[in-house]
Parts: sequence; structure tokens; C-alpha cells
Amino acid sequence: MGAARGREALLRRNVQLRLHVNGEAVEVSFPPYKTLLEVLREDLGLTGTKHGCELGECGACAVLVDGEPQLACLVLGLECEGRSVETVEGLAQGGTLHPLQAAFADLGAAQCGYCTPGMLMTAKALLEREPAPSRERIREAISGNLCRCTGYAQIVEAIEAAARAMRERA
Amino acid sequence: MMRLPWFECRAPRTVAEAAAILAAEGPEAMLLAGGTDLLPNMKRRHQTPRLLVCLRRVEGLRKVSNGAALTLGAGLTLTEVLREPRIPAGLRQAAAQVATVHLRNMGTLGGNLCLDTRCTYYNQTYEWRRAIGFCLKKDGEICWVATASKRCVAVSSTDTAPALIALGARVRLVGAAGEREIALEDLYRNDGIDYLARRPDELLTEVIVPDRGWRSTYWKLRRRGAFDFPVLGVAAAARFAPDGTVLEARIALGAAASRPFLVEKAGAFLAEKKLTDEVIAEAAAIAASRAKPMDNTDLDLYWRKDVADDFVGYALRDLRGDDMRAVRLRTARYLPGEPPGLS
Repeated sequence: MGAARGREALLRRNVQLRLHVNGEAVEVSFPPYKTLLEVLREDLGLTGTKHGCELGECGACAVLVDGEPQLACLVLGLECEGRSVETVEGLAQGGTLHPLQAAFADLGAAQCGYCTPGMLMTAKALLEREPAPSRERIREAISGNLCRCTGYAQIVEAIEAAARAMRERA
Repeated sequence: MMRLPWFECRAPRTVAEAAAILAAEGPEAMLLAGGTDLLPNMKRRHQTPRLLVCLRRVEGLRKVSNGAALTLGAGLTLTEVLREPRIPAGLRQAAAQVATVHLRNMGTLGGNLCLDTRCTYYNQTYEWRRAIGFCLKKDGEICWVATASKRCVAVSSTDTAPALIALGARVRLVGAAGEREIALEDLYRNDGIDYLARRPDELLTEVIVPDRGWRSTYWKLRRRGAFDFPVLGVAAAARFAPDGTVLEARIALGAAASRPFLVEKAGAFLAEKKLTDEVIAEAAAIAASRAKPMDNTDLDLYWRKDVADDFVGYALRDLRGDDMRAVRLRTARYLPGEPPGLS
């Protein structure tokens, strides 16, 4: 019994690895069961990414992994070694908001704000792949992100406005 | 907050290495591909493996190769499948309708084929299940859907499997002792618990889709067009003579039993016939008579039975070349997109 418990304790070790979050390499140590969401929020202090349903149904925890929107609640932290992770904290550059953030603020696309980080990251990936998406494409791209406040109309308009701003700037 | 339970993790680089780990560790080891099915289940304590074998770094599982048949690596994400123009339309349509954009970026083709069966009494938190005394599928002794049933009736909820069965696909299973290739429909058993004929030490590595120039389509019934598991999936594929006569046809149903299955009788009925409205109605009735849904998913059971022949009819009219876009939008909030796969 004692030996079995000792073996168990030996196995229950943290993993230590290097993650690339918002362009920075960070060394982090955490138990292997932690999801990327838990590592971001609890071990790296990046609480912009939100805990929602925790089962992959709401999109509140969406981040970009290697440039693609994925759900941080269903990705193991230890599977992110060597992959690029982008969160809402990496959007603004210096004191300047990302065009998506500016458009969301200007057009009332955030009310309670809980879905906003996931919406922003999902929209960022869309605009990087398709600079001029149709309204239908925008709706499809954010169809995995639930919002209970806005009714989505302002969010779609904000993504369209940001796309226009980004095309004019380019 | 739902934490995952403790586990060890191994990240093999080759299929042989992964198979050796499975053979050595036995049933306490489970495979982790995209994680979109297993990790929620682990959070709810449906599965508590001691060891996870992470497949992300295994070489060769994301290949697409085109020889006498189209070979698809089981590790391709569903997004990769729906964007690949060489893949037949029916499979791309099925992949495009699995879950949401984010989950399709994570979930894999192999993972969707091996998806755990689902039930309203099973896909609940540990505390919820404990409160009702658990069920046959996990920790309990009774099926709450059919209390006299000795068999678990949890429903097969994969979209890609019926699409691939209609296309006549085969799968390669690799174990420590060797490998085998079987027809995809033979991978499944009509048992909500023991639903796969995959041996515990085997990995599903490849899907082989014969290149037969068949027309194919997939129709999905669910509550929300943007999300949700199927409560009915209808896949149809056929090869036509230049005058429109069906030479061969295959119809497969999903979410209508504990396994996806081929309705051979409906396919055989269509051979040598033209797809007139009458022929379509009769084939649809034959196929729908095989759908035996249980009251363990979303939406009303009787309605789900009622619309089964409508959905088979939609699929066959689609194969005939009717413009089905309005029906697609109305029933599924989905339009097969251009360029291919941008659903």
C-alpha cells in the first residue's frame, strides 16, 4: 500500500515545458491534466481568455493555436509545446487597439464582454485568411461563439468594419 | 469547475511505437487525437484512463494520397477534410457539418469515426449521473432509455461514418501483432458500450475511399444549423449511366442506432432504375423503415421517425441533380460552399 502510494506520488509530477504565447517564449511548470485554458489563466496570469462551458460548446475560450481558432478548454497544455498560441492579450500593439478591438468598442459589439475575447480571436483568424469576407462567411466563422447579449448583429457589423479598416490600412 | 483527472501522457512518433504502448498498457491506455470527444468525457468522468497516448506527433497520419483509391490519414482535421477538393462531396459535406469551426479545426477524421456513442442519460456530469444511480454504459446496471434492455442503446453520432460507408470506404487498423483492412461498416457493432470492432491495441490509421466516380451527398438533421450532433444522418452515393439510370447506389444511415449502417435493400432497389419521384419515394420508405431511433437524443422521437423518409428523399433528389439549396437552408442552415468546403 505504502509502496503503491509512493509510486503514485512519483508519477504525479508537473511537466515543465516552453510555450510560445503572443510571440514570447515562456517556461512554465504545471500538472499534465491542465488544459491550455487553465495554464493561460492560472500559471501565466493571462485571464483575458474566459472559462465558459468547459466542454467545447460555447467558444468563450477560443484562442489561436498555430493561427487557427481552437478551444483552449479542450487542448492539453502539454500538447502546445512548440506551437504558437495567441490570446486576446496579444491583440493590441503598444497602446494601440487592434482594428477589431476598436470596431467592437465603437459599434457596441461588446455588452457584458464575456464572449468578446473568443469572438475577437476567431475574427482575427478569419480576416487573416479572408480579408474581405461576406456577411455569410462572418456569420459562419463565429457560429461557434455564443453571445447572449448582443443578438450578434453588432458583432457582424464590427467585423465588417474592421475588415474595411484593415484593407484600407494595408 | 471541471478539471481533468490525473493521467500520464506519452507522445510516440510512429504508429508502431503507439501500437506497442497500447499492447503493453492494455485498456487503461486511451488514444488522444483531437481531444474534442475524449476530453469532455474525461471531465465528466466517463473515461478515466491512466495513460493517454497522444497522436499529434505520430508521423504519416495526416497524409492524403491518390492512387487507385484515395487514402486519407486518420489524423487529418475535419477542416482539412472539408477543404480537400479531391475528397468526394458527401464526405466533405459531412465533415463541414460536424460541430463548429473551432471543433473542426481540432477534431480528426479518425476521431469522428471512433466517436463515443451518446445518450441523454450518459452525456451528463458525474454528479448528475450519480443522482439517478448511473446507467448501463457507465457505472450502473440499468438502461434509463429502455429499462428492460440488457443492451446499451446509446446512439452513434458520427457524421463522417455514414458518408464514408455510402462511398464504400475501408479502414486500416494497425496493431502490435499486425495490420488489417476492413470495410468501414464492419468497424461498428450495434452496442452502445462495445460499439467498435477495433481491438484495444489497434490504431485506426487510414481511410481508403475507392475512386469510382460516384455522386455523393450527406444530409443531417439537428436542432441548430451551426452546431449539434446529428439526430439523423443520411448519406447516399450512386453511379449513373449517361441516360440517368442508376448503375449502383448505396444509402447509409447515422444516428438511427448504436452504429451507422448500410441499407443494402434500398441500394439494391435503386439499381437499373431512373430516379423518378416514385422510385425515390419507395427507396426512401425502404431506408426509413430501418431507422429505429430511441428516445435518447435531442428532438421528439416520433417526429424523428416521421422525417426519416423525407431526408432520404432529399438526399436522392440531390443525387438526381435537383436544386436542393432552399431545402438545405431550411432544414440544415447549411449550403455546400464554393470553393469546395468553405461550407
